[in-house]
Amino acid sequence: MADETLFDFLHNEIINYILENGDRDKNNEGKDEDLSLLEYIGFSTGYRIIERLTKEMPRFKDELDTMKFVCTDFWCAIYKKQIDNLRTNHQGIYVLQDNNFRFLTSLSNGKQYLEVAPRYVAFTCGVIRGCLANLNIMCLVTAEVQNMPSCKFHIQVQRT
Amino acid sequence: MAVCAAIIGKDNSPKFFVTINPDEELQFQYRVLSSLDIVEDKLNSGVKGGADTKELYLGMLLSLEAHKIYGYVTNTKIKFIIVVDSTNMVLRDNEIRSMFRKIHSEYADIVSNPFYIPGEPISSKNFTTNIKNIMTGTV
Repeated sequence: MADETLFDFLHNEIINYILENGDRDKNNEGKDEDLSLLEYIGFSTGYRIIERLTKEMPRFKDELDTMKFVCTDFWCAIYKKQIDNLRTNHQGIYVLQDNNFRFLTSLSNGKQYLEVAPRYVAFTCGVIRGCLANLNIMCLVTAEVQNMPSCKFHIQVQRT
Repeated sequence: MAVCAAIIGKDNSPKFFVTINPDEELQFQYRVLSSLDIVEDKLNSGVKGGADTKELYLGMLLSLEAHKIYGYVTNTKIKFIIVVDSTNMVLRDNEIRSMFRKIHSEYADIVSNPFYIPGEPISSKNFTTNIKNIMTGTV
């Protein structure tokens, strides 16, 4: 669909923009790329969009209920598919596995581009963190890419 | 027709307040803020309660001599409060419910506005007019 491609292009351009600006600011050779701004853009997006997405939803019972919402309705709204696997230890760690992650499908499979993969998942980490923050769940989100089109998101809920 | 509408943030600080008659604003602020305790009560009892409490609309919170106060809490813990004149018999539960739905849509729109920073008081003129229109039933 044309409108879905637009989001893909926009996402790619945001990544390019941030990487270019990061390169200009400092010559960080060999160091990890600074993706915190990208993550922040995602956070802001997630924080705002969740208000609209949960408008018609009944109130969530608990944390797990919220996570299920993220895996189904939320993921469908942004990535046009559901999360393939949700696992939890019931102590605040959730692992969301997407076997065909939207932003990675257009990259070639295999190990070749594995080192640039973090660029394409940072925005999503931010989106997840933002939407959970607005739903009153403070957490850390990290992503893990082992085999190209599949991606795992680790959500670590911070209990106070 | 509602006489007052308010949006209260996660931390129970008022984000937006509008009254049809500006002279009564202070008096309404007091009533709205005192009804927040009941909102809290309803939300906490909802944890143990049945399926009925899963709705965002909380129903009537307070019935005073002159006014009735209704509440609605979004999934993101933003509270909407509407004050209605008790003498107004035309306004049924369903109308109040749809009024809250419209306010929620407006709120979702303002949150998506990049010039609005979530958590700040809402100062958009456009938003104020839209909410007033919803309150008076002109939309």
